[in-house]
Amino acid sequence: MAILLVVDHDNTSLSEQTAKALTAASLIGDEAGTEIHLLVAGEGVTAIAERAARLAGASKVLVADDPRYTDGLAEPLAALVVSLADGYDTIVAAATSSGKDVMPRVAALLDVSQISEITEVLDRVTFKRPVYAGNAVQTVRSTDAKRAITVRTSAFAVASEGPQVPIVPATTGQHQYPASSLVSEQLAKSERPDLTSAKVVVAGGRALGSAEKFNATIIPLADRLGAAVGASRAAVDAGYAPNDWQVGQTGKIVAPDLYIACGISGAIQHLAGMKDSKVIVAINQDSEAPIFQVADYGLVGDLFELLPELETALASRSATKS
Amino acid sequence: MRILVPVKRVVDYNVNVRVKADGSGVELTNVKMSMNPFDEVSVEAALRLKEAGKASEIVVVSIGPAKAEDTLRTALAMGADRAILVETDDTIEPLAVAKILKSVAEAEKPDLVLTGKQAIDDDSNQTGQMLSALLGWPQGTFASDIEIADGSAVVVREVDGGSRTIRIALPAVVTTDLRLNEPRYPSLPNIMKAKKKPLERRTPGDFGVTTEPRLIVMKTEEPSGRKAGVIVASAQELVQRLSAETGTI
Repeated sequence: MAILLVVDHDNTSLSEQTAKALTAASLIGDEAGTEIHLLVAGEGVTAIAERAARLAGASKVLVADDPRYTDGLAEPLAALVVSLADGYDTIVAAATSSGKDVMPRVAALLDVSQISEITEVLDRVTFKRPVYAGNAVQTVRSTDAKRAITVRTSAFAVASEGPQVPIVPATTGQHQYPASSLVSEQLAKSERPDLTSAKVVVAGGRALGSAEKFNATIIPLADRLGAAVGASRAAVDAGYAPNDWQVGQTGKIVAPDLYIACGISGAIQHLAGMKDSKVIVAINQDSEAPIFQVADYGLVGDLFELLPELETALASRSATKS
Repeated sequence: MRILVPVKRVVDYNVNVRVKADGSGVELTNVKMSMNPFDEVSVEAALRLKEAGKASEIVVVSIGPAKAEDTLRTALAMGADRAILVETDDTIEPLAVAKILKSVAEAEKPDLVLTGKQAIDDDSNQTGQMLSALLGWPQGTFASDIEIADGSAVVVREVDGGSRTIRIALPAVVTTDLRLNEPRYPSLPNIMKAKKKPLERRTPGDFGVTTEPRLIVMKTEEPSGRKAGVIVASAQELVQRLSAETGTI
């Protein structure tokens, strides 16, 4: 039977997380003839559907272009997915804030368990997933007739470009959800790379001491490296950085090529969000900080001296290179 | 207004969890257990709504072993009015939890269900959404702010890229994020008083819910570890080594 992948987007562009979840879906459907259908629900989403149709591994794109899906509310989107579920034995979404909002509803309405945040596909019904903030990894086998799955995207590569596949309208049904409505959105506009897809992440912790110092030290370093900016929960709680920069068990899970942790002690909950990074650098005053136990390179000393020095060293290096 | 707050007993968040050598699970004997931190935030949010005159009664419910009574007593000591313990020693998946909570909600008729967005043991992040779907009530997940007015809740949700504010009609299910509030510590007199607050005992069978798992846990293992690397002497050396040895910059 076929696989349905629910596409994550912001009505403007397709989330790269979806292209990673598609890689997981392709591994689940790793037998000849398993079709993967991508569902794009929203309003005015033609460009997103066209983008989805060029992802390698997709067999078909279903488009539900309808005002009911404009605001990305979980109730109508879950109802749409459930109404389409008959032809699928596996329904997949990236574990983004939208996927996590919608997919458990889909699972409950289909009376199946959800398998949250898979990091490895062993076979069509068997998966690995982290528990206890990544301190243990479970192998679970589903006994349900269908599976609802969210994918931890940091564990999968982006699906490549493929041949254009057909785009067809989805049947959307009559469901209405007047009880929920969107009041407003406060989304940060940033020129920087997205935290979950950046190659380099520079993250700051409570040791930065204030929002001003966070901005004065972390941001220039990130800009120098073309990096995304992350933060520990302590830094976010203290108001040094916005909530969507939080890396950790309850924030974003990232696995960039290079993660530079500045003034972050390395609580289990923070490590859960970044320990799969390829190279980890820790810069901290406290040489006993747990972050050094997972760091490939450590630098011990005063952040407010070391971070400007690091930026200068990077600047002179790029000057020599060019 | 009545608020129902489901709470879960989990391994304390400060415990360094160890995987059992035989791969059968994680070590839970002699390990400190506490209320799931996200659920503590939910209890606190409910208490603040009551203190603001928006709610009249707070009912806490837990599904788990007899020891989950401790977790419920903690919530009662924080200020909840009464408790329901749905006692079982089985491993209960979020779907079964949601089904039991649906029955509890139908009996208790709360205007609002407030629960943590995820439990820090299985990290599923499912129960609230499942409960909302089964009840047919609207949901507001990952809440960092809740206002109640005119029969609806205005919920600020933490999402990728920022936040979204939604309005949902009551009754509704709201799942809480850590930034919603900082939970209070129960005072000693309140801990004593909590021992006398009503606690009703039920079983999953009372609600006609079977708890048989749908997911078989085949194996539990340690994650692939990382080793500590090298301490470099200067920012200059760091840049040279990152460039030469990793090619990441």
